[in-house]
Amino acid sequence: MKKLLIALMTTAAALSVAATAEAADKLKACWVYTGPIGDFGYSYQHDQGRLQVEKALGDKVETAYLENVSEGPDADRAFERLAREKCKIIFGTSFGFMDAEVKVAKKFPKVMFEHATGYKTGKNLGIYNARFYEGRYVLGQIAAKESKKGLAGYIVSFPIPEVVMGINSFMLGAQSVNPDFKVKIVWVNSWFDPGKEADAAKALFDQGADIIVQHTDSTAALQVAEERKLHGFGQSSDMIKFAPNAQLTALTDEWGPYYISRVQAALDGTWKPDNVWLGIKDGAVKLAPFTNMPDDVKAMAEATTKKIAGGWNPFTGPVSKQDGSPWLKDGEVADDGTLLGMNFYVKGVDDKLPQ
Amino acid sequence: MDITVNILLTIATAATPLLIAAIGELVVERSGVLNLGVEGMMIMGAVGGFGAGYLTGSPWIGLLAAIIVGALFSLLFAVMTLSLATNQVATGLSLTLLGLGLSGMIGTSFVGQPGVRLPNLDIPVISSIPVVGRLIFGQDPVFYISIALTAAVMWFLFRTRTGLTLRSIGDSHTSAHALGIKVIRYRYLAVIFGGACAGLAGGHLSLVYTPQWVENMSAGRGWIALALVVFASWRPWRVLAGAYIFGAVWIGQLHAQAFGIPVPSQFLSSLPYLATIVVLVLISRNKRLTMMNTPASLGQPFVPDR
Repeated sequence: MKKLLIALMTTAAALSVAATAEAADKLKACWVYTGPIGDFGYSYQHDQGRLQVEKALGDKVETAYLENVSEGPDADRAFERLAREKCKIIFGTSFGFMDAEVKVAKKFPKVMFEHATGYKTGKNLGIYNARFYEGRYVLGQIAAKESKKGLAGYIVSFPIPEVVMGINSFMLGAQSVNPDFKVKIVWVNSWFDPGKEADAAKALFDQGADIIVQHTDSTAALQVAEERKLHGFGQSSDMIKFAPNAQLTALTDEWGPYYISRVQAALDGTWKPDNVWLGIKDGAVKLAPFTNMPDDVKAMAEATTKKIAGGWNPFTGPVSKQDGSPWLKDGEVADDGTLLGMNFYVKGVDDKLPQ
Repeated sequence: MDITVNILLTIATAATPLLIAAIGELVVERSGVLNLGVEGMMIMGAVGGFGAGYLTGSPWIGLLAAIIVGALFSLLFAVMTLSLATNQVATGLSLTLLGLGLSGMIGTSFVGQPGVRLPNLDIPVISSIPVVGRLIFGQDPVFYISIALTAAVMWFLFRTRTGLTLRSIGDSHTSAHALGIKVIRYRYLAVIFGGACAGLAGGHLSLVYTPQWVENMSAGRGWIALALVVFASWRPWRVLAGAYIFGAVWIGQLHAQAFGIPVPSQFLSSLPYLATIVVLVLISRNKRLTMMNTPASLGQPFVPDR
């Protein structure tokens, strides 16, 4: 009995040594999310990407993540903690992590950092983003076709370029169908508060909007649309299960392929800080199946999606700013720099941008 | 007219979970116990309610489960603070943290699943009377529970002998103990009642307000309920007023934005908090009355001497 025990213990010890040796060879890739991974929205989609990395690269990688990290001083600590915990590559997935990542990246020059939706880079800090605005142009066209009153309600989180760009693109799409299309905007000052998003949707519907668009993360607004027998669009994930009769389509994010390629590059030693902005043609921005709409609207939406995938930019002139002053000349295409720092509305948006 | 009714209905939905959780906490604090775990009990109620409703298909079973889960979770707090005399503030805070984490873990498989919704009251003919019909006879069942609960707690605390005893324990547990009152037993019941209320409030979130489960869906409502109790100076009707003022300004600011009123949205977003505090401070500015209403032994651990 005693012998058996000793034999077992030796094997266990040998195994555990093997395990540590293997762990040392593994590359640790880490993620920081601003929401819970259970939000079924933005953070959920990023985490799906992480899971795809695990699946694709298997034994070669080890992943970790921190969720519910608030944007601000807390984020510093989160990134620093991961860097100290031997993460070799760290993805920060929210705009508000930008300054924290810049700071921590300088402290840990050997760790590779990547930041989503921001604009600051560094020697070991790359940025990546998805051209959500491409999809929002299509949403705008559908909204203008489907809205009987020519009025959409738009629920938004914070006045950052990403969000402003989305509103503008949506409006340009809508105006391409109905030049008099109107939008009412409500800022809820939160990425994630289902109750508040539902209340905002109710307020917008009560004030006459018959279609709802959101740039917040939960399914609440769409559920209100379902209850009121009106329409809306899903955000980040396909939310059709929550609103089988209300969802027209959903603007979804697909991060997996990008994450796999970057972690692979880190494994190969070819990683360099990059600045990529992926769109519909890269498969990073996807529109869920077009539902609850007539065939002609569906055909239009599909044609526009195809056109954008072919390289056409929704921000193609002529486009005027909100005050009527010209922004893009006929045929002129907005450059990425202007888009990434966008802090003005295009003509036809009836709202004052909070500064 | 229709829009006014809609706005009033939206306000009632927003105020209901705050009111229920705050009324529960009010009873707890009146007994001299400070339970900062409201947010945690609420979110546990939300996940329990959603889960039971989703698995059985019955929102009523869901609602019942929310109440039970909230009560059971508060029992943990009761055992720690009342039987083991731990620090109430620290225990309450950890209850919130535990609840937020645990609910996320329990709810993993519920994410992305459409749940069940508790139907609104619908009495033939009466509910379709314009204005009054929908406001008084056409809301969700939890709304009626919340109003009845407030009235019941008011009556219990100030019109019954047991209520008087409970308040006396909150004012001085040593005196109450000396009189032979079973302090710990009363407090246990009060804490469990508070937990049941917080659970019910959570059930309202995941079965009525936004019928879905997502992590952190309570989004700080437990803390607002806690603040309401203090600013209402431990008076039930003021809690009711506070919850509805908060709800009204909360919904009002969203309408103001949609209407295009040129006020910075960040300011509008902070308005519900500001307005509620200002109003409640104004109505409770009588210092002596406030002192009288404050449970004097609030938050102090009690170990009966044998």
